[in-house]
Amino acid sequence: MGNVAVEVDHVSKRFRVFDERYSSLKERIVHFQKSRHEDFWALDDVAFDIAEGETFGILGRNGSGKSTLLKCISGILQPTTGEVRVRGQLAALLELGAGFQPELSGRENIYMNASLLGLSTKDVEKRFDEIVDFAELGEHIDKQVKFYSSGMYVRLGFAVAVNVEPDVLVVDEVLAVGDENFQRKCLDRIKEFQSEGRTILFVTHAPDLVRAICDRAVVLSDGKMIGEGPPGEAIRLFREHLLESAAATNRAAAGPAAAKAERIELAPPTDGRPVHITAIEIDHPGTGTRHYIEPGEPLRVRVLYKATALVEDVVFAIEVHNVNGILIFASDTQIMAQHFDALPGEGVADFLFEGIPLLDGTFTLNVGIRSARGGTVYDWREQAGQFEVMNPGQTTGVVALALHADLKDPSTA
Amino acid sequence: MAKGRSEVTEAILAVRAETAAERGPKQTRTVAARLGLRQRFTELWRSRELFVFLVRKEIKVKYKNSVLGFLWSMLNPALTLAVFWVLFTIFLPNHLPDFVVYMFGATLIWNFFQNAVLGGTGSIVGNGGIVKKVAFPREILPLASVGSAFMFMLFQSIVLVLFMAIVWHRPDWSQMYILVPALAAIVVFAAALSVFLSAVNVYLRDTQHLVEVVLLAWFWAVPGIYAFSGNVHDKFARHHLLWLYFLNPITPIAMTFQRILFNSMHPRYTNEPHALIPNGVLATYPTHWYVYSDLAVLGISAVLLLGAIALFGRLEGNFAEEL
Repeated sequence: MGNVAVEVDHVSKRFRVFDERYSSLKERIVHFQKSRHEDFWALDDVAFDIAEGETFGILGRNGSGKSTLLKCISGILQPTTGEVRVRGQLAALLELGAGFQPELSGRENIYMNASLLGLSTKDVEKRFDEIVDFAELGEHIDKQVKFYSSGMYVRLGFAVAVNVEPDVLVVDEVLAVGDENFQRKCLDRIKEFQSEGRTILFVTHAPDLVRAICDRAVVLSDGKMIGEGPPGEAIRLFREHLLESAAATNRAAAGPAAAKAERIELAPPTDGRPVHITAIEIDHPGTGTRHYIEPGEPLRVRVLYKATALVEDVVFAIEVHNVNGILIFASDTQIMAQHFDALPGEGVADFLFEGIPLLDGTFTLNVGIRSARGGTVYDWREQAGQFEVMNPGQTTGVVALALHADLKDPSTA
Repeated sequence: MAKGRSEVTEAILAVRAETAAERGPKQTRTVAARLGLRQRFTELWRSRELFVFLVRKEIKVKYKNSVLGFLWSMLNPALTLAVFWVLFTIFLPNHLPDFVVYMFGATLIWNFFQNAVLGGTGSIVGNGGIVKKVAFPREILPLASVGSAFMFMLFQSIVLVLFMAIVWHRPDWSQMYILVPALAAIVVFAAALSVFLSAVNVYLRDTQHLVEVVLLAWFWAVPGIYAFSGNVHDKFARHHLLWLYFLNPITPIAMTFQRILFNSMHPRYTNEPHALIPNGVLATYPTHWYVYSDLAVLGISAVLLLGAIALFGRLEGNFAEEL
């Protein structure tokens, strides 16, 4: 540690976006000085250092500039201003099998591709069996690559790239390919790299992967660095930023956010019902300052209703679903043994979660009013509201289980 | 089982440690808008193995799945020779003795130059897939085109040697060494043009077509199918335009090849500049004229190559987005 492996020194990259691309001589002459272009800064003054042995994540949405940054670091693109300095050999897994020659055999391609990535023939010879073994190619190795299945192609690409033994490994979102077994193998290999003290640069838009393997991460948005820090922190920034940009338009109309509970007005049902829900309010300790709760924080969901007549024995129900539509939790006031008669007028039903034991994610709320006895549903609102949970820690999963570890060595056990 | 595995692991670890030791201290690589020429050359030198692979690949891929394979690279010039021989000895006799040897001396050089420059011009665009995905010194691509063209020239020279053996045409063994500066000059000149044109072609795709047309005309500026002495020499000399003829850097090189290979038709030397042997074929320039001309071309080409690589570096930054 201590040594800097990758130094990104105030890198900016400008792309020229042309209305139309004139790449023939005639067009260039005809449209001389006329080809209008707009400057588009894909990267804007990005600066950070990656220490040797660190696993570093770059988080960002599609189009945030993370691929451009990766290409600048691996030397495929040159920055418009600024410099990138890389100590040691770098191998980039941007596209597996890039540069394979379909006409040549797998064997020839291994040598060719390895030398493209900077490995000498002598080194390839020593690792040849390992590469073939890792790629699970067996006797297919002497077949022309054009007869390979896409799986074989990708496996061979990865096998060559990781065997280049780079000091710095750059991994784009390539792990999404191949079957599950192979993916696990790739992840294992990356972990092995980590344990060998190599530097890994990891680019993704999947926060869970960052949490799982990175030591530190930067968050990019529109080519600008919006933050840098440990994974939990970076993911929080990333999520927050995502929400902000998504909510920016909504909130602009609503004016400055007051430190009041988030209130969602619900249109009244068109047919006459004795009781219906008018709005819900979601409240948590960070209301007004942030849009998420942390695991274990309380959450209050207030259901505002209006009754036009006396309705006896009403039951308020609440459901929590995750983004995949899986029911996380459902309960109602009947289960909680609370008898309630709704009087004409407006009232509220408060649901108070003492602590939300959930990890990362967005969760939707369904709320409803029904009769206790029969099947009469007075009102039922799907996805009436939602809340977001962000986990600043390193644990992954769905539920924040309270956990203690107690380690004993043989002498004390 | 577990033991076997650990042995394998240890072997792998040993290989890795060895590699690390061999690689020595880590080198720092800089990615920036401008790199010094020295760094460009260092990176080129580091990629020399890649160069070899690319040359080999081009040769392999060219004749893969063809029955006669690389025999084609010899059949092709052999058939061309046959056609020209029939044409210029039987139907349109040009009265050049052993015309095929004379012509082949020049076309060997010309074919190399044409293949190198044409292949080089399209090399970056044609390899867009790798250029966009892998980082390596991209000059390697046009240079590899020059390399593979050179290999093809070697194959073709086998045909020439065979033919010379058949007609028992003796080259000028004693002056053979002049071929070295001549070859060096043409290689460096072709490399300079390839590197330059490959980069330009990324931005202006017309370049490829333009080069094809220019090469077509250029061929006739080289004394390959016609004799330099006689009509050509006289007409240029009459208007004091010989210098224009020699402005073409391929000309002295092709003439060097003819001078060495076609030599036996050269009855005497004179030291008189631009003198011609009456009824002869070759110019009567003394040996050192060939050496100096070739060295001059080599020197100018080397400067051009430096310039081409520097320019390539300037244009390279946007390759990945232009392709």
